[in-house]
Amino acid sequence: MVAVPDRPDLGAIADILSDAPDVDRRGEPTGRMAYPPIGDYAVIGDCGTAALVARSGSIDWLCLPHFSGPAVFAALLDYRHGGRFAVGPVAPASVNRRYLGASNVLETTFLTATGTLRITDAMLIAGTAGGIEPLREVIRVVEVVAGKVEIEITYQPRFDFGRLRPRLRRRGRLGWCCEYGEHWLLLRTELPLILEDQVATLHGRFSLAAGDKRHLCLAYVRGESGVIPLLGAAADQRLATTRRWWEAWSDGCVYEGPYRGAVLRSALALKLMTYAVSGAVIAAPTASLPERIGGVRNWDYRFCWLRDASLTLSAFLGLGYRGEAEAFLGWLLHATRLTWPELQVLYDVYGEAEIPERSLDHLEGYRESRPVRIGNAAYAQRQLDVYGAVIQAAFDFVRSGGRLAPEEGRLLVRLGQTVCRSWREPDHGIWETRGDPRHFVFSKLMCWVALDRLVTLQATERVPRYDEARFRRERDAIRAAIESRGFDPAVGSYVAAFDAAGEADAALLQMARFGFHDPTDPRLLGTEAHVRRCLGHRHALIDRYRTQGQDALPPGEGAFVACAFWAVEARARRGDTMGAASDFETLLALANDVGLYGEEIAPDTGDMLGNFPQAFTHLALINAALALQGRATPHAGAAETPDSSGTAA
Amino acid sequence: MSGDALFHLRNVLIWGLVATTAMTTILQGSQGLGLSRLSLPFLLGTLFTGDRRLANVIGFTFYVLGGWAFAALYYLVFLVLDDKASWWLGAALGLLHGLFLLAVVLPLLPYVHPRIASEHDGPTATRRLEPPGFLGLNYGRRTALTTLLGQLVYGAILGAAYAVHLGIPK
Repeated sequence: MVAVPDRPDLGAIADILSDAPDVDRRGEPTGRMAYPPIGDYAVIGDCGTAALVARSGSIDWLCLPHFSGPAVFAALLDYRHGGRFAVGPVAPASVNRRYLGASNVLETTFLTATGTLRITDAMLIAGTAGGIEPLREVIRVVEVVAGKVEIEITYQPRFDFGRLRPRLRRRGRLGWCCEYGEHWLLLRTELPLILEDQVATLHGRFSLAAGDKRHLCLAYVRGESGVIPLLGAAADQRLATTRRWWEAWSDGCVYEGPYRGAVLRSALALKLMTYAVSGAVIAAPTASLPERIGGVRNWDYRFCWLRDASLTLSAFLGLGYRGEAEAFLGWLLHATRLTWPELQVLYDVYGEAEIPERSLDHLEGYRESRPVRIGNAAYAQRQLDVYGAVIQAAFDFVRSGGRLAPEEGRLLVRLGQTVCRSWREPDHGIWETRGDPRHFVFSKLMCWVALDRLVTLQATERVPRYDEARFRRERDAIRAAIESRGFDPAVGSYVAAFDAAGEADAALLQMARFGFHDPTDPRLLGTEAHVRRCLGHRHALIDRYRTQGQDALPPGEGAFVACAFWAVEARARRGDTMGAASDFETLLALANDVGLYGEEIAPDTGDMLGNFPQAFTHLALINAALALQGRATPHAGAAETPDSSGTAA
Repeated sequence: MSGDALFHLRNVLIWGLVATTAMTTILQGSQGLGLSRLSLPFLLGTLFTGDRRLANVIGFTFYVLGGWAFAALYYLVFLVLDDKASWWLGAALGLLHGLFLLAVVLPLLPYVHPRIASEHDGPTATRRLEPPGFLGLNYGRRTALTTLLGQLVYGAILGAAYAVHLGIPK
């Protein structure tokens, strides 16, 4: 390994980003212009990790060996030091992209003045190639389909988020290898690349003519024998097998309602972000993409948030993916045991409970948005809504015909006991505000959900009937507290926190989804109107809350896209199908060219903000579509049983 | 079988297993700790199958059997040397064994192993495993050290066991 140099070597970035106007004396892009818009990225993955591919053809983000591992390409967060794997035309080009069929195999087509270049990117799904496979493999197939195109390749692996520049070594006909500790990475291609940059970069320019096809296969193993990928027809075969695997998975989607393309793309994005080994679904495959350009709201989302639990279960079950729903619930109930009977805000893909946060000061951050954080200090926060999210998920699973093991039933009861002990205390809320804890109404709502669903499960003998009377009593007390201190008659709306007059919170758009009132109840209608009035933007976008003075960080962020889809769902649930469909279509138009969403969108520019792609957003999209189709499940659990008296307002 | 032969066989089986277990723990521990990517049982198993899981099972089985076989060989050497057997002589034998493995056997693997690729010929549909190279250095710079340590401990245990059981004071 050699140290990171003071002077970066940008290689061929200037040509790859030839439309960037902000360049230095050598013609290389500088500062913010070196970073593509977040929405310019597409994602490929293998249900273990994911890579972000820019429209330019550059892989600017890849963590190994799994989603939460250190990045080996992190140009996304520092274009000079982060490392990338760029393949693209030298000349300026117009770019078209798509996923092939119902798969996560990405095809990027570059139309240049002299010819057309096509790049097909995918990560191989484990177990599909047969025989001994590397732990991870990225395949890039480069093909000129018309005319002649001069292409340029830059391969800059940088281990540990750009901290370490590996020494690339030629291993005869096996390819180019580099190592860092137990990590082993090998690039194999038919193209004769040249070592540059103190043997830490491979580079090459080649002229290809119509019909020419080349492969670049990147294999990775950790702590075991390296596996050399085959090129040529064998690589094409692996790519085809991967595409067939994704398409076979997509065939399992039972959703036949409107907007099926967008729903299926969201489902594919979710599946891609599911860690196959444990069933956990991560929030996003990236870290520290900013919620405001140049701002400090830069968080690491490569973990599993329990707040997503009920939305995840309901989306998987609604689309017919029972296996994924079971795996996810299994992860929820077992991988989180390290903290039972308390639940944390987030866990890693294996259920690890401690996820310390630290800054990577050697990275400048996406468009100079510092600090770059990895890990997430929110793990140590108290967030009471997660109890409701987990119990609601179990409830949905049972209602769909699933059975809980006796031990799982006992665990749910223990969660209910924790809720009874804790709901009167303040917390940091669903938005994980970094200021003082407050009595967030949404947290109280989810505590009510937890106890209400538990009582229903107990009434139907699905979980042990310990503490049933206490659960009913506390549930009713929570409802009474929400109605008396969480509703502001002056604005006719539930508010963000107890006694917080007029303060809107878009999370409360989910009150109808969780059956707190009938969707047409005046209090819910008033809440929806108040949220739209206070937090709404054009394009049906909605902020999650007012950042000004509401948390301990400098204000300013984009509109939270999931909230916009919750508003669609709320509107659909109360019967305004036309209005909901109109808003839904408006929001669909804000997706990027391959149908992906980040966490937020800047209302004034339409630019994506925050980590990308975002599971929360795609979950909300799916659930909104299910509501529009009329298949959304009414979540008022008690309403389905004779034991419904407790849910009445 | 005579009483002496049974005595020797029992010693070879017991102490061969102990020494193999110790050596395997060191080698696999080194792999788990990220010191080396070399797993000799896995490479042994892939002689017979291209299935990773099966290769590990078969490989560990043959590795233990091989451990016993080499224990018998070491035992014969100790018998020949008779009263010179000791833990340090065993360790020296293990070191020699390890050096032979690293310097001769591992570099030869691409020519004899059906699933290890060659840098000269490139991979094929079946030969796709990375060759270990001279001293196993392709599998990490510490591979030679961890392999030698494993072999050294293996030999030392066998040497010490021989010395103790035959009552040679050392």
